[in-house]
This record gives sequence, C-alpha cells and structure tokens, in this order.
Amino acid sequence: MSATPPAFLQIKDVVKDFGGGAVAVNHVSLEITKGEIFALLGSSGCGKTTLLRMLAGFETPTAGQILLNGQDLANIPTYDKPINMMFQSYALFPHLTVWENIAFGLRREGMAQDKITERVEAMLKLVQLGKLAKRKPHQLSGGQQQRVALARSLAKRPQLLLLDEPLGALDKKLREETQIELVNIIEEVGVTCVMVTHDQEEAMTMASRIAIMSEGKVLQVGAPADIYETPATRFVADFIGNVNLMDGTLAEDEADHCVIDCQDIKHYVGHGITGTAGMPVTVAVRPEKIHLSPHAPSDEDLAAGFNRAKGVVKNLSYFGSFTVYHLELPSGRMLKISQNNTQRHREHELTWGSEAWAHWSRQSQVVLTQ
Amino acid sequence: MNRLRALLAWIARGRTAVIGLPYLWLLAFFMLPFLIVLKISVSEVDGVVFKEVLSLKDGVLALSIKLSNYVFITEDDLYFKTYLSSIKYAAVTTVLCLAIGYPFAYFMARAKASLQPALLMLVMLPFWTSFLLRVYAWKGLLTEHGWVSDLLIALRVDHLLLAAGVIPALGKFMNSPFSLVLGMVYTYLPFMILPLYGNLAKMDLRLLEAASDLGATPWVAFWKVTVPLSKAGIIAGSMLVFIPCIGEFVIPELLGGPQTLMIGRVLWDEFFSNNDWPMASTVAVVMVLLILVPLAIFNRYQAQAQEQRK
Repeated sequence: MSATPPAFLQIKDVVKDFGGGAVAVNHVSLEITKGEIFALLGSSGCGKTTLLRMLAGFETPTAGQILLNGQDLANIPTYDKPINMMFQSYALFPHLTVWENIAFGLRREGMAQDKITERVEAMLKLVQLGKLAKRKPHQLSGGQQQRVALARSLAKRPQLLLLDEPLGALDKKLREETQIELVNIIEEVGVTCVMVTHDQEEAMTMASRIAIMSEGKVLQVGAPADIYETPATRFVADFIGNVNLMDGTLAEDEADHCVIDCQDIKHYVGHGITGTAGMPVTVAVRPEKIHLSPHAPSDEDLAAGFNRAKGVVKNLSYFGSFTVYHLELPSGRMLKISQNNTQRHREHELTWGSEAWAHWSRQSQVVLTQ
Repeated sequence: MNRLRALLAWIARGRTAVIGLPYLWLLAFFMLPFLIVLKISVSEVDGVVFKEVLSLKDGVLALSIKLSNYVFITEDDLYFKTYLSSIKYAAVTTVLCLAIGYPFAYFMARAKASLQPALLMLVMLPFWTSFLLRVYAWKGLLTEHGWVSDLLIALRVDHLLLAAGVIPALGKFMNSPFSLVLGMVYTYLPFMILPLYGNLAKMDLRLLEAASDLGATPWVAFWKVTVPLSKAGIIAGSMLVFIPCIGEFVIPELLGGPQTLMIGRVLWDEFFSNNDWPMASTVAVVMVLLILVPLAIFNRYQAQAQEQRK
C-alpha cells in the first residue's frame, strides 16, 4: 500500500501570539484537500480571521508551518504567493473602474495587454458584470461589488482562494441567493477555497467541510451533517443550531445501548459509550428530532424504543413553516421542540397550557462526555 | 404681507444666521472692497480725485471706463514678467512643499495612533509665534556668519546653489531666489501637511493589503493606490500653498532680492511709491483673476469628489 499523498494545504501546529495574554491561534493543525471549500466557523475573536490572515501572508505565525502543495509559505512575500483573498466588505479600489480593479493583479504580473483584456473579459462574463465594466465601485450595489471582488480575486487564477466573511455585507435575502451562486462559480473555476465566517448557515450551505473554532483552538472538523448530527463536545452541540442539553449520570453502559439518568427523564440511548457507571454526561437532542403529541405514546412506539417525557406547553413561537414549543417538564426545565407545520388546519392544536407528550427515538440523542 | 412674514421668519431662523453672518462679513469686507478696487482700476484721475465711472450730467448718462491701464499691463512686459515670476516662485514653492510634506504627512498618518496628536501639535507649533518674527529670524540665520549660512558653507551647499543660479555669489544666501523660496516653503509647509495628513489618515489600509494580495510590491501599491487616493489632499494642500504664495508680499520684501520680482511687491510700489492707484488696482484685479483659475479647478475637483463619495 502506498502512503497517501500529503494534503494540498497543510497547516501544521500553527500558533499566533500577539502578546498580552490570550493566544489568537493556539496550536492549530488542519489538512485541506485540493478543490474543496473549507470553512473556518466561530464567533468573533475565536482566531479564525487571524488564521486566514496568516494564510494570506498578512501575519506571520509565531510557531508552526503552513505548506501549500508541499511548499513552505513562510519565505514567500505576500505579493508573490499564489493565493488571493476576497476581503470582508471587499476592499475594492475606489479610484479604479470595475475593469481596472479586475486587471490590477494581472498588470502586476506584467501580463501582455491583449492577454489581460482576454482574462478580464472572461472574468466579467463569469460573474455576469460585462455591462458594468466601466463603473466605479461606488456606483454598484452591494451584490455587484461582491461579484467584482470575487472576479478580482479569481483573475490571477490563484491556487488557493481565501474568503473573509464573503457574504457578511449583504442583506439576508440577497445572501441566500448569493451563497449558491458563489459556490457555483468557485466550483466552475475549480479553485481550492478557505472561507471564514461567523454565520453557521453560510458555512453549512457553502462548505464541504467545516472547522469549528473557539478561543484559538479547533474543536471539531467535519462535513456539515457530521458536525450537526454528531457534535464532539457540548460547546459544538450548543454552537451549531438549536439543541436541548440535559445533564445526567451514566446509569448503565452496554455494547449496544446505555442508559442515562437525568432529572426528569431516563434516556435509553441506542449505542454504547466508553465510560464508567456514575460518570457525569450530557445528552443532546435536537428540537426537530422530538415529536410532540397531545396523547401518550402508544405501546408500539415504546416497544420500538422511544424515549418520552410529559409536560406542559409554556410557550410557542410560530415561524410559518414550523413552530417551536417550549415544554415545561415536572422539574421545571424546558424542552425545546420544533414541529413542521405540514397541514394548514390542525384539529387538536397544542397551545399555551396544553398537556403534551414528547417522544424521540433512541437513535436521535448524542451523549457528550466533554 | 404674508411674504414679508415668511421672509422675516426665514431670517430669524438660526441656520440662516449661522450661514449668513460669515457671508455678510465676506460681502462687506471682501466683495465691496474688491468692487471698489475694480472701479478705481477703470477710473480716470482728475487731479487728486477719481472721476465717477457712471455720471449723469445735463440729462446724459455717461459710462466712462478707462481701459488704458489694462492695455498698459499687456504692453509693458515688466508686469507680464512679474506675474510669470510670481507664478514660478509659487509653483516651485508648492512643488517643494509637496515633496517635503507628502512623506512627512504619510509617516505621520501611519505612526502609532498614540503618537499622532503629538506629531500634529509639532506641525502647528510654528503658528504660536508671529509669522513676521519667524521670517525675520531667517534673515539672521542666512546672513553672513548666521548659523544656517555657516552650516551651508561648511557642507559646501553654496557651490551647488550657485551652480543652480539661485544665489548671487558663494557664501551669500540672502536676498536671492534661494532665500525667498526657503522662506516661503518654511512658512507654507504646514498648509500642505495638514490636508495631506487628514486625507492619508482616513485611508482604508485594507486597500493596501488588497494591493499586496494582488501582487503589488509596497512601492507599487504606494504609487497605484495611496497616491491616487490622496489626490484630493494633494490638490487641497497645493491650493493652500500656491494661492497665497502668488500674492505674497512680506516674504519677498524681507527675504527676496532684486532678482525676485513678485506681484505683491509691485503692487506695494504702485500704491505707495508711484501713488498710481488706478494702475495698482489694475495689477490687483489681474492678480485676483489669475488666482481664480486654479480656484475654479479646485472647486470643480471638489464637486466631483463629493459626487463620488455619495
């Protein structure tokens, strides 16, 4: 068996310490394969932007190595790196037209004029801005500016494209449309891409893999679905999407199942964990994995291995396509439950003060030990 | 009646007063005097009094505008040379101020934020003493055995200056084009630095990162991004130096010499030595017209810049 080739972009044990206490990036190692869209996701101050700026060459790592295609980036000045970045709120040159903005990088390469024209025209076509080539950035809408920024960062055909909050400056509606368009263009060009965002929806829709960062460390790396369905830690479970976190102790641990004793509920979990009885654990259940009904679950359901809990609807928020119920359990703790509104009229509608039963399958929980 | 009330209400509004008072001031103390000067420049002198431009005599309304002074200005090449020379010295001063002021403003704008107020203070420090005193001080520094004079001789700079033809003889710096330009650059440098600093300090530094990311070396980024973006500051600074330099009187009087004809001094001579007020007024009017050209260009640029910012 041959050894797997080294990853396209290797971040090896990188540290960035600005001094003054907190370490911005704390021993981060990541491997990014050619052609993937990789997202660094975290709240502000988690070190994701510093990491991106180190990839771009605006910051130098205090320790560690960054290799692109096996080549150490430390010794190449920023202006010679085969890496381009799309800046947060774009940083378009206000004194240059759209055309000149896109041509800026090509001119620096000393490319022949006819080649430049050809490349710029191709870029304008790619982002569908041909008609606006002569405009200045301030004459464009936010969405158009974003496309100019993308065209400018792709014009030099970089080996690695960096996106810093690519959609952060757009309003919600436009952001959703642009996400798909941006991914289509990046995939059409086939460039490897590292993006930074604080918006989990953006990371989930755009990226093939996500690294969750907090306080300078990478907590978990994986495909969006992996991170959502099998979070590794309590922090990640809570950070991504909505979740019910219930603290309890491990009562029983077998190869094919385990039982966790929480205050209101005895959780039967359909898989074993490695732990000792009595250790504190947290059970995580996503709100949409729970069913809510005015009736007690049938014996069939219970036989099929459902967990259950009874409570009173304390609050409900109607979102149109779904409703979120807050069910108060006897101990006083709340359970968030999200139900899709599949029918227009529902006869036995649950409302404030209704008694209701929640039940969920043994496969829907995640047991977190840290 | 209603209209009158509306007018009174308009005048009473605070905003009108705030804008109106300075304009009234300018109207009373700039526009009116200028019109008087304009009138004198086209008046005939009858003994010691100026004849009215507009006169009504025996039912005849006569408008008499004497243009001979204006004609004379174009015929006697002393004036032409003086205007040209004024423009030349003002231009040289502006270019030198820009050359010295730009790097200064640049590094000031890029200095540590905590240091910037102190640096700004230092630029404005000269204003704390009288302008006249400071120009006078240069006289002492540049005469024989003055400190600066001795230093320049020790550094053999006088050979260079003589070769360039801006001093009359080795070791003699005073009353030369050199001393004049030195005095003007020294005096007007802050007026170049301040608008440039204001402009450069506002610049979005991410644009330089973007330039670097796209392959521009720091030098190229400076010329392709920083300089074009500071155009407004360059123009404002240049105007603030160039315009007063053209009409400058004190510095040429104190530091200039026979070689350095400037319009301010010619004006003074016409008014007070020749006592030829119509001629002096003509020279003044032409000077104002001369200054209007760069001002108009400046205004147009400002309007464009405003448009862009919207």
